[in-house]
Amino acid sequence: MTATAVDPEAKPAPSASPRHHPGYGRWTPFLFLAPAVLALLAIGIYPTIFAVVTSFRRYNITRRADQLDGFPFVGLDNYLSVLRDQSFWDSLLLTGKFYLTVVPLQIVLGLLIALMLHKPGWGFLRAITRVSLVVPLATTYAVVGLIGRLIFNRDFGVANQFMDWLGIASSDWLGNPTGAFVAIVVMDVWQWTPFVALIFLAGLSMVPVEIEEAARLETKSHWALLRHVQLPYMLPGLTAVLILRSADVLKLFDMVFVMTRGGPGAATDLISIYVQRTGFKVFDLGVASAQAILLLVLTIVLSRIYIRIFYREIE
Amino acid sequence: MSHSRLGSALHALGLLIVLAVALFPFYWMVTSSLKDQTELLASPPHWLFVPTLANYEDIFADTKVTTAVLNSLIVASSTTVLSILLGTPAAYALARFEFRGKADLWFWFISNRMISPIVLALPVYLLSRQVGLLNTHAVLVLIYLTFNLPIVVWICTDQFRSIPRDLEQSARLEGANQFDIFWRIYLPLGLPGVAVSAIFAFIFSWNELLYALVLITSQGLKTAPVVATNFMSGYELPWGKIMATGTVIVLPVTVFALLVSRHMVRGLTMGATK
Repeated sequence: MTATAVDPEAKPAPSASPRHHPGYGRWTPFLFLAPAVLALLAIGIYPTIFAVVTSFRRYNITRRADQLDGFPFVGLDNYLSVLRDQSFWDSLLLTGKFYLTVVPLQIVLGLLIALMLHKPGWGFLRAITRVSLVVPLATTYAVVGLIGRLIFNRDFGVANQFMDWLGIASSDWLGNPTGAFVAIVVMDVWQWTPFVALIFLAGLSMVPVEIEEAARLETKSHWALLRHVQLPYMLPGLTAVLILRSADVLKLFDMVFVMTRGGPGAATDLISIYVQRTGFKVFDLGVASAQAILLLVLTIVLSRIYIRIFYREIE
Repeated sequence: MSHSRLGSALHALGLLIVLAVALFPFYWMVTSSLKDQTELLASPPHWLFVPTLANYEDIFADTKVTTAVLNSLIVASSTTVLSILLGTPAAYALARFEFRGKADLWFWFISNRMISPIVLALPVYLLSRQVGLLNTHAVLVLIYLTFNLPIVVWICTDQFRSIPRDLEQSARLEGANQFDIFWRIYLPLGLPGVAVSAIFAFIFSWNELLYALVLITSQGLKTAPVVATNFMSGYELPWGKIMATGTVIVLPVTVFALLVSRHMVRGLTMGATK
């Protein structure tokens, strides 16, 4: 079964595929692919097209007039009203602010944790700490929100007890705009820092042992070691973190919905919460579809930009 | 010498802090589920208390929670099976055939992970209302494919690629066709990857809230995360029951996740680190 096999048929040339066998035709790969592709077209692409169509209609299912008219076409009206709507922009801006708050925190903390997990010594403690990082990642997002509401409760939350120990005045976290924003940041950092740490750890473990040891002999500076030897191996991971976290922040719904419903006021009204409310509380589905399509375009543009940067990096 | 001893002590301290912080919310949820209402409302919170199982007795006596857990189990396992059935043949084709547009197709599969559920939730809500799929488990099973198929395709393509081609060639000599080869060689040998992707699909579906919230409105069909969040209305919240329900939801997936902890990152990063 090695390259020395004499039987000529044992190593078929790529161009001369044995057509006489069943299941070797040109179309074989498409038979294998068809079910998955058709399923994704039906449940992903078709609804997206439907959303585009809906976004050009006045489509409020609670308004009888709309239903009698068969949801009239209104052209770009929905898009114009979304683009003119200050609260839509506020919500996007808030989502950006949230991203710019959590991601740097997660990168710094994640790097620290990865370095601690990589450093030799305390083998058993390191092993259980590494495994424990899986717990935040697996916790149901909605339940993270429930736990957050208990921890940050004004009257009997443990967050205020911690504040008390540190000599800081306790506060009504979820009742004021800054407190609520801090609370969702804390829960997101808790849940996703382990992910960043594990990605960096994977990068660190790719550094060849000889190179790392040689570098350790040459320099006592942890910083030089990190910068010149370890960091290059962590760059692809860093790009992955930036891409995936931005997609996740645009998607972030469960935890915030459970913890704050976007409030108080609009303090934690991230984009997914905002679109969900327009669609399923106000039932203005035409406008909500326009918002969703704009969100989709934003996601595609962002991921395209990232992919371009990312692929340049590995080539 | 003393410098390195200090460094080592700091290292241990740092690790202990990380361990404590990573586990704290989970610990707090479980201990809160074992407190009675007076203990729960104590201010400042009590760290030592007499545990009680009353909250668990309450939620298991109430069919609402048990039904919801059962619903979640039905939905998550059906969508897992379906995504394996549809995803593994596609992964096989992507791993072993050459055809035009292969890289684009692979990327298209993977990029479905990026799409925000709220984008699809609206049209799927309207469409399923039209065809009478609203308030059925089937609609959840299908819509969950949008994030399960990318996982299965990604992990299994990777896994199938690592299977030596020699095996396939000797099977060909014995007259096996491509479907036999997939079924008898690739699926069994790729089982570790198939299993890991199945566990991921299960965990993600089990945890899902947004689609379940908007596509299912009748009480008897709601999934566990929805029912858990439904406790959050009214004046005095039943914190003990909420935390007990949370524990029941989180515990099984945590056990699953710990079993595959080595693969967890690989699965979550979906090839982006390669």
